[in-house]
Amino acid sequence: MPEVAVSCQQLLKVFDAGDQQVIALDHVDLEILQGELLMLVGPSGCGKTTLISVIAGILDQDAGVCELFGQNLAAMRSKDKLRFRAQHIGFVFQAFNLLPALTLTENVSVPLIINGVKRSIAERKAQEILAAVGLGKRMGNLPAQLSGGQQQRVAIARALVHSPKLIVCDEPTSALDHETGQTVMHLLKDVAMQQDRALVIVTHDARIFGFADRIAEMDDGRVINVRAATPNV
Amino acid sequence: MYRIALKMLMGDTGKYVGIIMGLTFASLIMTQQPAIFIGLMARTYSFISDVGQPDIWVMDDKVQFIDDIKPLQDTELYSVRGIAGVDWAVPLYKGLLKARLADGTFQTCNLVGLDDTTLIGGPPYMLNGQLKDLRRSDSIIVDVDGATTKLAKPALHGGASTPLQLDDVLELNDHRAIVVGIARTTRTFQSQPVIYTTYSRAKSFAPRERKSLSFVLVKARPGQNLHELTQRIHAGTGLAAYTSEEFQTLTYQYFIKNTGIPINFGMSVLLGFIVGAAIAGQTFYNFTLENIRQFGVLKAMGTSNLTLLRMILLQALMVGTIGYGMGVGLTALFGYSMRNSVLAFKFPWQLLVFSGAGVSLICMFAALISIIKVLRLEPAIVFKG
Repeated sequence: MPEVAVSCQQLLKVFDAGDQQVIALDHVDLEILQGELLMLVGPSGCGKTTLISVIAGILDQDAGVCELFGQNLAAMRSKDKLRFRAQHIGFVFQAFNLLPALTLTENVSVPLIINGVKRSIAERKAQEILAAVGLGKRMGNLPAQLSGGQQQRVAIARALVHSPKLIVCDEPTSALDHETGQTVMHLLKDVAMQQDRALVIVTHDARIFGFADRIAEMDDGRVINVRAATPNV
Repeated sequence: MYRIALKMLMGDTGKYVGIIMGLTFASLIMTQQPAIFIGLMARTYSFISDVGQPDIWVMDDKVQFIDDIKPLQDTELYSVRGIAGVDWAVPLYKGLLKARLADGTFQTCNLVGLDDTTLIGGPPYMLNGQLKDLRRSDSIIVDVDGATTKLAKPALHGGASTPLQLDDVLELNDHRAIVVGIARTTRTFQSQPVIYTTYSRAKSFAPRERKSLSFVLVKARPGQNLHELTQRIHAGTGLAAYTSEEFQTLTYQYFIKNTGIPINFGMSVLLGFIVGAAIAGQTFYNFTLENIRQFGVLKAMGTSNLTLLRMILLQALMVGTIGYGMGVGLTALFGYSMRNSVLAFKFPWQLLVFSGAGVSLICMFAALISIIKVLRLEPAIVFKG
């Protein structure tokens, strides 16, 4: 039986919107297992992004408990939380969010540099992972010189380079065409997935649902259904 | 991370150049205008600093600055010589005189009469002729700026005038005067030609007055305390006595207090500082705003606020240093290109410190508002599309 990577219990998050309060997470319970790819789906504004922000430790919940690999991030000192995030979480964003002034190698080496790895070692490791995602010949390029799909592959390489335990992806295929989206998902499934690692993907893109192990449906700040996904054909 | 900070800064060449240009402009204004101001103020006492030998200047106690001549009786010279601690004391005449040029026009000049025996108080650097030639009859030495411009011989049929040369003759208050030397002197505040001659000849050139001694130049005996000597001279003669430095200070303070020059230049410098700060501050802040997502990504990936703060400070330090260096460099270039013109320009080290502090202040301000923005940044911004 795989161990639990992420455990959310009764998560509550409320935002102030002028005079009103918006309940973004309404007592959410969710578990993500190690070696699992879980997709969070649901309409816009249902709380998906808020949930992955809490899971990734970049937003604090108002109530409830969220544990990552047995660690309660909300209870950690901010310095420890920062270190935990730097070491154990990888991010893939909808808008790629690569640093435009850095080459691909430099972009991918950023998480390692944040973790205090020497630059030469970080860049060597970045080059290895870039080669693994099929960009071995473009390492010296700037992000602007790449297509959207290629940029997302760089972002995946950046998310993997420091061997995190959890990879959080926010709409990784929404800015890409169908074919490129499929390629990116294959990459995530083949390169990123490991037995001791969990992937959470927020998406609207029904075409990639088949890549998930399980799909958690959200609505109005609640997880309303968790089901096994139909394998991709 | 610092390398990343610098690459982020230089990644957008247009904005990078924009920030540097803003700081360069601020630095240029903060150094160029004060340099002109200091140069102008230095000219007010240039005659004092050009006369290097004496330690003390003695004059009527109502004198407010170097050109505020209140003549003394010649006998005052002997009173000063009688004060204990005075090694030597010589007379100096300083006054205005009109020179008649060949075309009949008149030019007001500064006439300086030196002690007939020692010629102490003469020009600091002779270009043509020798100082001792002043002992020849009707002889004068003219400063090179006056000789080449205001006292130059006008062309009879148009065209360029000819600079005065040795043995040329000038008419000074209906007296014949022969040029025996051309000297380099520091320009005076009024930029009038300076004519040197002997004390006795200066008295004959000048309109007759009951008193003619402008200053007594005093050399103190070795080991004398100059301040105590000035007090002794004042007590013994009733005249004002200042060290050269004190007289220079008295002169430029008169100009600072009684003219609008400091206010005018002060306004220019202040305006330059404000405009420079606004341009550089705004551009740097915009740069941070446009990179806020990148800072958010770094923050989400685990970069601490302290590291981000250091990154922004490094960026500010980088643009500040380059902008400051370019501004100061341009000012120095400006000063160098104007070295032979009438423009007053002086660039002391204190001005470098002042402008350095000014540019640092601008950078700190720009960095501070950017830092506040980044420290308050929610890393969750990175999940917004």
